[in-house]
Amino acid sequence: MAEIAMMSGFALILLGIFGALTNRNLLRMIVAFSIASTGVNVVLVSIGYLPGRTAPILDAAVPLESAAAQIVDPVPQALVLTAIVIGLGVTALMLAYAYSLFRHRKSLDISDFTELKW
Amino acid sequence: MIYVAGLMGLAMLGAAIVALATKSTAVAVIAAGLVSLFASVVFVLLAAPDVAMTEAAIGSGLTTFLFFFVLSRIRREGGNG
Amino acid sequence: MVRAFVTLVFVAILGLAFGRLALDYVPDAALNQTAVHYAELTPPETGAQNVVAAIIVTYRGLDTLGEVTVLFLTAAIVALVLAQTSGPTKGRGSGLLPSGELLQTGTRMLTPLILLFGIYVFVNGHLTPGGGFQGGAILASAALLLLLADPVRRFSHRLLSWVESGSGVFYVLIGVFGLFLAGGFLDNRILPLGDFGSIFSAGAIPLIYALIGLKVGAEFSSILESLEEAEDH
Repeated sequence: MAEIAMMSGFALILLGIFGALTNRNLLRMIVAFSIASTGVNVVLVSIGYLPGRTAPILDAAVPLESAAAQIVDPVPQALVLTAIVIGLGVTALMLAYAYSLFRHRKSLDISDFTELKW
Repeated sequence: MIYVAGLMGLAMLGAAIVALATKSTAVAVIAAGLVSLFASVVFVLLAAPDVAMTEAAIGSGLTTFLFFFVLSRIRREGGNG
Repeated sequence: MVRAFVTLVFVAILGLAFGRLALDYVPDAALNQTAVHYAELTPPETGAQNVVAAIIVTYRGLDTLGEVTVLFLTAAIVALVLAQTSGPTKGRGSGLLPSGELLQTGTRMLTPLILLFGIYVFVNGHLTPGGGFQGGAILASAALLLLLADPVRRFSHRLLSWVESGSGVFYVLIGVFGLFLAGGFLDNRILPLGDFGSIFSAGAIPLIYALIGLKVGAEFSSILESLEEAEDH
């Protein structure tokens, strides 16, 4: 199961990067970036998964003595939780800048912004 | 379980392809939200309920609305989004 | 055309690298040392049932403090960028369709319930899945519903900034208390650990998670509001 999730996560990353590089519309590029970041999160969580184990919550189903033999790795989960929250902040910033660019140029096409092009 | 995981993986990829291939930006935003929603099911299967809640509330809920707010601002000012 | 081809080649190379990683991946048979440490020492050291919550609030508490600071900066920068690019104003809410009766009545009924659920999620963060970030997002979704029901509504900026900065100050204060009363910055043992598994347990974790929830909720609400805002006053 972890392998399936990891494969689809990697495929999402590739699709997202491909979309971000080929789309010319700023909003569509941001959508592609958010898909890629979802893929990264899926890959990270799938690395922490161990087959046949349960969630890292030590309730009645998980005796305290054998906790280390029954739960999955909690560290990647804590990491991804942080990454998702920061991901929303990054998306909000990208959207605000995209809107600001649209205000100046009345266009969302990346080819209209050539000041920093080499 | 393993079939559910495979199905969810395929659904994620399908939604991602729709998001990248569609002509309309609104459909792309909805499809990206759908990718996050399927990803949260995958997180539950991977025994990560905390991450699944976060992804469902933030990744597929609030992010979609941020996109739509910006999209409606741009449309109101004559852009075609 | 050339550009699409180059992109395709680049993505294919990246795909090869990822493919090797995924095909050669062998899942671990047992937890690594860090995870074993967290799994075995979370109940005696922090008293929390949810190991992820214990890691986020206590073991890696400083990172979480940095994270909510980053979110605050994001909210501030979004408001700043959007305020600088304010265009011609046509009066508040012009060009917006009024929302329907159904949405307005539903909002009046649902908002308290959503707020209650958000508070439930972050107060129980140390026992069940959930916590400050999820609860804060749920609080912000109540704010989102209010914005949708009444597009020209403005939240009280004073309230949002008081909730935001007040919970931030208390968060840091609790951390400093930990420095003097317990083992270190953001140590949760400044309060008694209590019975394992009851709601008043795990020392300061519920308190810190509630503060994180309020802070994150206020930050998300202000991001949503500044992006939704039809015209800047």
